[in-house]
Amino acid sequence: MKLVYFAWVRERVGRTDEEVELPEGVGTVAELVRWLKGRGEEYEYAFENEGIVRAAIDHVHVKLEASLAGAREIAFFPPMTGG
Amino acid sequence: MARTIRIQSEPFSAAAETAALTEGRGDVGAVVAFTGLCRDEGGRLKALELEHYPGMAEAEIGRIAEQAENRWPLLGLTVIHRFGRISPGEEIVLVLAASAHRQAAFEAASFLIDYLKTRAPFWKREHLEDGTVGAWVEAREADDRAMERWS
Repeated sequence: MKLVYFAWVRERVGRTDEEVELPEGVGTVAELVRWLKGRGEEYEYAFENEGIVRAAIDHVHVKLEASLAGAREIAFFPPMTGG
Repeated sequence: MARTIRIQSEPFSAAAETAALTEGRGDVGAVVAFTGLCRDEGGRLKALELEHYPGMAEAEIGRIAEQAENRWPLLGLTVIHRFGRISPGEEIVLVLAASAHRQAAFEAASFLIDYLKTRAPFWKREHLEDGTVGAWVEAREADDRAMERWS
């Protein structure tokens, strides 16, 4: 599964994207965030305020409780500031 | 329904886009245009840098456009959003809504920009006049409220 990061989430994680193998028991976006936070302090820092970072699965906005089943690309990013 | 959605780094011409939207047709009675420009924030800002999520930006704006088309009797719709480095005075975003009558065009254009600001995956970062890279622009609660008034 591919993970992609944008704006200050990308800067805090220190990479634009990565491929990950999800361990058993990681079935939702919230569980993925929890697992990522255990991988190192850069992830801990990026997701320190869990309510702030937004997620998308395959280019569609999702909530933290969304299932990862069938997902190819998960994106994490701050609240949007375009327009 | 003529629908144009473009994500680009190059500048655009609101006048040329409006002409393209209405050219050769006699059914359009109203075109409302919104152009968002880069401000210098009282001289503090040298430029804005816009990052976007390629693929999702087009897809999300497409979904927003579809909602507008379902809600108002539109005859045409154009959304152009730039990315990259943009200087004060330059345009960032263009929304055009065409309809037979003004009310649908006004409302649809307003809806589109309100949704774009909070749902389209773009992020602004400030480059300051003193040459340093400033902070990422924070999302405004007023923008969330502007979007919520449509639901």
